[in-house]
Amino acid sequence: MKGHADCACQVAPGEICRSCCSQIRNLAVSLNGRAILRDIHLHFHCGEITAIIGPNGGGKSTLLKAMVGELPYTGEIVFHRHDGRGTRPRIGYVPQKVQTDPADPMTVRDLFQTLLSPKPIWFLSDKRLTGEMEHALSHMEAVPLLDRRVGALSGGELQRVLVALALAPTPDLLLLDEPMAGIDPSGMGLFYRMVSRLRHEHDLSIIMVSHDLALSARFADTLVLLKESVIVHGRPDTVIRHPQTRILMGIAVESVEKEEPAADHHGGIRHD
Amino acid sequence: MIESLGSLIGLLPFDWVEYAFMQRAFIGVILLAPLFALPGCLVIKNGMSFFSDAVGHAALTGIAIGVLLGWSSPFWSMILFAALLALFLSLLRRFGTAGTDTLIGIIMAGAVSLGIVILSRNGGFTRYSRYLIGDILGLTSTDLALIAAGLLLLVIFFIFFANRLFLTAFNRSIAHSRGHPVWLEETLFSVVVAVTVTAAVQWIGILVINAFLILPAATARNLARSIRGYTFLATLFALASGLVGLVLSYYLDTATGATMVLVCLCFYGLTLLPGIRGNRAI
Repeated sequence: MKGHADCACQVAPGEICRSCCSQIRNLAVSLNGRAILRDIHLHFHCGEITAIIGPNGGGKSTLLKAMVGELPYTGEIVFHRHDGRGTRPRIGYVPQKVQTDPADPMTVRDLFQTLLSPKPIWFLSDKRLTGEMEHALSHMEAVPLLDRRVGALSGGELQRVLVALALAPTPDLLLLDEPMAGIDPSGMGLFYRMVSRLRHEHDLSIIMVSHDLALSARFADTLVLLKESVIVHGRPDTVIRHPQTRILMGIAVESVEKEEPAADHHGGIRHD
Repeated sequence: MIESLGSLIGLLPFDWVEYAFMQRAFIGVILLAPLFALPGCLVIKNGMSFFSDAVGHAALTGIAIGVLLGWSSPFWSMILFAALLALFLSLLRRFGTAGTDTLIGIIMAGAVSLGIVILSRNGGFTRYSRYLIGDILGLTSTDLALIAAGLLLLVIFFIFFANRLFLTAFNRSIAHSRGHPVWLEETLFSVVVAVTVTAAVQWIGILVINAFLILPAATARNLARSIRGYTFLATLFALASGLVGLVLSYYLDTATGATMVLVCLCFYGLTLLPGIRGNRAI
């Protein structure tokens, strides 16, 4: 159960093992001499959502920050392409709590241009990219937001724009840090459905950090319980029932069990 | 070329245009406006206005170092000191633990006091008080050529780095995830700001130079609805308040730098009026 070190697809007969995946091998992060993360071995299949759960301070966001390159780490992160080549994955990242300034003149179009175009944003606007921007935004049903100011967007709108931004160009790994923060409850289902659709359309590995155990168990294909290292890793129902999960997550587990059986699993989730 | 521009300005139907020093100041303002407006937009977006203020004040130590070294003009010692100070603050921000705000405050206090102590030896500080207020009427043709070269360098810098800097200003983590060398870019920008501010201190004045950097951008920010509009309006406001301030200071016989800032402050006040600000919901 703990950490797959190789790329042997552990799926039930009849299920599709997608031919690309990403691996984290022996990753460790320490800050000021203190180990925040150690011995992390993880394996993400393309087309799957992996939710990272765990107690506060357990290193969830630290893991994403290390994968992004924002924090120094030891170990390896490898992406295995369809043709079997191993490279460093291209990463799309949506950080936790992106602060915007309500008075900021920057538009969604400007934001995309800073990433996609060599034309200096303060002088030239790159109209040729409109199609590409709209295509990225269409995945998150956010095309009408293209010419809105970033500072004027609602929490949910901003989150959709940021995911679309992370998809331009299409990454190998999409990392979402607490994507539900700032979205009102009615928008959460919609957001998850859009994210869920993405992984099938782009054969994308999505890794998200969440403190919401119920939502994670419902939408993710795999759960990872993280506290300094990987404690439990597997299908949502298995992880939820694991005694360690009960110890570390406490009452949150009971509220999930009340909702069982989880009905909304996508794409070949096995129920014991 | 500067002479021919000057004689062109001399054709304007005002009495002040006859003076060569006013013609040079006029050209100076036209060159300084974009030189300040462009980085000003990013200074505001990055929340760096305290940094640029501190760097402007630290010019006193730069001058003092030049005096101690016995240089005839402290210009290059100011520039060098400002660049090193920006680099030092950037390193502290990366590896230090204290809050950046406090650090900048402490370093500014040190740089200002050290500069005053060195320059006031033997009671000679009055010789340097022109740096506090600035003298744009003292611009020489060589100064103008230097400013033009500076503007050219700044535009080239912004052609290559503006997109990255605006992305980093929006969110550092996203910039990191795209593999951008965020710290290096931010350090480069703070050195650019420090050098720009310090170079112009002798013409605008230590006391008001930061206002000339951030006010046009702050005014533009109230109206703009895109980054292009933001930088365009900031340049326009810098230009308008610079030229109006220059002419006003001629008739009122006041310090030019401070007059320009007051004019820009009036523009800023106007943008706060509801009718002018317009519908910014979109």
